[in-house]
Amino acid sequence: MKRLFSAFIIGGIFGIGIAIAGMANPAKVLNFFDIAGTWDPSLIFVMGGALVTTLIGYRITFKRQDSPLQADSFALPQNNRIDARLIGGAAIFGIGWGIAGFCPGGAIPALGLGYASVWIFIAAVITGIAATRLIEEKAR
Amino acid sequence: METEFTPFMSLLGGILIGIAATLLMAFHGRIAGMTGILAGLIPPLSPDWQWRAAFMGGAVISPLVYISAGGSIPFALPISTAALIFGGILVGIGVYLGSGCTSGHGVCGIARLSPRSIAATATFMVAAFATVYVIRHVIGGA
Repeated sequence: MKRLFSAFIIGGIFGIGIAIAGMANPAKVLNFFDIAGTWDPSLIFVMGGALVTTLIGYRITFKRQDSPLQADSFALPQNNRIDARLIGGAAIFGIGWGIAGFCPGGAIPALGLGYASVWIFIAAVITGIAATRLIEEKAR
Repeated sequence: METEFTPFMSLLGGILIGIAATLLMAFHGRIAGMTGILAGLIPPLSPDWQWRAAFMGGAVISPLVYISAGGSIPFALPISTAALIFGGILVGIGVYLGSGCTSGHGVCGIARLSPRSIAATATFMVAAFATVYVIRHVIGGA
């Protein structure tokens, strides 16, 4: 129960950060990518603020703790291979992000704002994830 | 469509995202990647789906708390529904194959100095800049 409560609060901090940063606003995200047009550089501040804070926060965490406060161990990805799947997937994601102006982390905190379009986007993302997973499992 | 340049609110929002990412690692030992958290909630459910659902619930509810406290969250979607669906499907395929999105690779992965995340982030940023350039300045649509 304590674990779920802390996850809920941490999710809440994440959601409010996304929302006030402007990441939940596709028009703003698309303008960040439009240097040749109606450029809005705000997202540099989002990425910079998030990255520097996490960089420092992770260092402190890993220095002071051998394990997480509410779990057995740190679940860190061990894969170091840069392969076609990673780069291809990232490229497809980038194209989709450039079309829609939404990424998963930007859209989920916008789900409660009352716009049907956010639900449509998340449904499309879930479809894309589920279909790719299914195809991959069938091929295995 | 112009949007207002908001360096202070964006920096503050970014810092909050970083605090959340740090706390999720310190308390749960997990990467705060929205793709990974979401993927575990798509059936068949991941065995540890409960904390993922709690995190999502918090992320959806907190902007509403912010609004009810008098804050405003600008929102505008300058594209068609067809483009939104097409873009969403590409995002889903891409984040699944690429094992992460802006939060997982772009924030948490780079903060761990993961070469995979640095490569993935560079790739999806370049792809997004190129896509918007092509759509807005080559094809000329919006």
